[in-house]
Amino acid sequence: MLHFSDLQGSLPGLWEGMKVTLQMLIMAVLGGMILGTLLALARLSHNKVLAALGGAYVTYFRSIPLLMVISWFYFAVPLIIGWVTGTNRPIGAFTSCLVAFTMFEAAYYAEIVRAGIQAISRGQMNAAYALGMTYGQTMRLVVLPQAFRKMTPLLLQQSIILFQDTSLVYAVGVLDFFNVAYSKGNITGELQQYILLAGAVYFVISFSASRLVKHLQKRMTV
Amino acid sequence: MHYHWDWGVFFKPTGVGSEIYLNWFVSGLMMTLGVALSAWVIALVLGTVLGVMRSLPGKIASRIAGAYVDLFRNVPLLVQLFVWYYVIPDWLPDNLSNWLKQDISPVTNAFITVTVCLGLFTAARVCEQVRTGIQALPKGQSNAGLALGLPLAQVYRHVLLPQAFRIIIPPLTSEFLNIIKNSSVASLVALPELLAQTKQLVDFTANQFEAYTVGTLIYFAVNMLLMFFMRWVEKRLRVPGLIALGGK
Repeated sequence: MLHFSDLQGSLPGLWEGMKVTLQMLIMAVLGGMILGTLLALARLSHNKVLAALGGAYVTYFRSIPLLMVISWFYFAVPLIIGWVTGTNRPIGAFTSCLVAFTMFEAAYYAEIVRAGIQAISRGQMNAAYALGMTYGQTMRLVVLPQAFRKMTPLLLQQSIILFQDTSLVYAVGVLDFFNVAYSKGNITGELQQYILLAGAVYFVISFSASRLVKHLQKRMTV
Repeated sequence: MHYHWDWGVFFKPTGVGSEIYLNWFVSGLMMTLGVALSAWVIALVLGTVLGVMRSLPGKIASRIAGAYVDLFRNVPLLVQLFVWYYVIPDWLPDNLSNWLKQDISPVTNAFITVTVCLGLFTAARVCEQVRTGIQALPKGQSNAGLALGLPLAQVYRHVLLPQAFRIIIPPLTSEFLNIIKNSSVASLVALPELLAQTKQLVDFTANQFEAYTVGTLIYFAVNMLLMFFMRWVEKRLRVPGLIALGGK
């Protein structure tokens, strides 16, 4: 039943797709974590307006489906960039998806980072202030390094979820791993085989990654 | 780049019967809620069974449930949906397969497929919550039940599960909200739920910004309403003295 007529011939294409998936993943993880950290700092800030804005951002993006964001941004990002820069340059589905993932995942990363910062005892901050450090120095040199160490497993877990979610770019036609597998299946008339193959590949990667994270979690406990 | 804003677009006729575009959002939302609620029933029943299996002293039951959780959590939802939609029907007995493919409408077929897919997907998450809830209870609870001579099944039914469920209301709430959000993948197998209807509106009117804004706001509003409602429920059902164990 699970017979592939020419799996060998499909492998280069599938690998190209996997490269797109991984590229999207890495860029979205980095962008999401940076934006997420800034959001977490905003939420914890003493400035009421900033805290409220950070909170609203996180609540908003956590309340809507990722697929909705992807579909919307596919239209909106080129238009907005066009308005801002005044040019009419097409930017492509990959960039729109990257912006969508970064902004969406930032809301989830922000919650993890916020919990991580709040878990650092108040005395650490007070001690840093007592030494004459500024807010920026306190965060950068004292609080964040400890917080990130504590939350690394959670951040990685979230990134594994993001890895799986990248398959949603199928909806706007980006040729990621899943979309390539799906197309190969359609062309060869072996759709079922290719869908199952894709599922198996995602499973092996996510499963091994989450086992690694669990192992790491045990070793990294402060 | 020129964009023609028109927020009145939702009250214009669609050209299909006497409908206005707003009707599409309403029917889409109903479909989203229908599929989410049906899937939630499956998720809750199966998830509870699996969660109990995970907490049992026996190794075999616990391993089976663990394997289920690993499988359903490590394959992307979209891939799972396509497996249910494109692969499983051919593996079913002929009469069932024909019924799915020919006897019922494509929409009913998609509805059933998405319900099963989301239900089984979410069951893996519910399982973990139920297990956490049971394990959060003091060991004395089950010991006391057993000491009274209750069989293990009754210890679960009368002692452990009622308390565990009250503890895990907050995480279960967010799983239910997740089902609503996750049901948007159904738009990719042509189920006319909220996202699919929004996209159709985009295709028909070319008022993309308005359509996506309203579609997103509906998801947002539903989420907010349910969240406040569940917070209220949670407060009423709080187990006195146990609150620190649950939820957060």
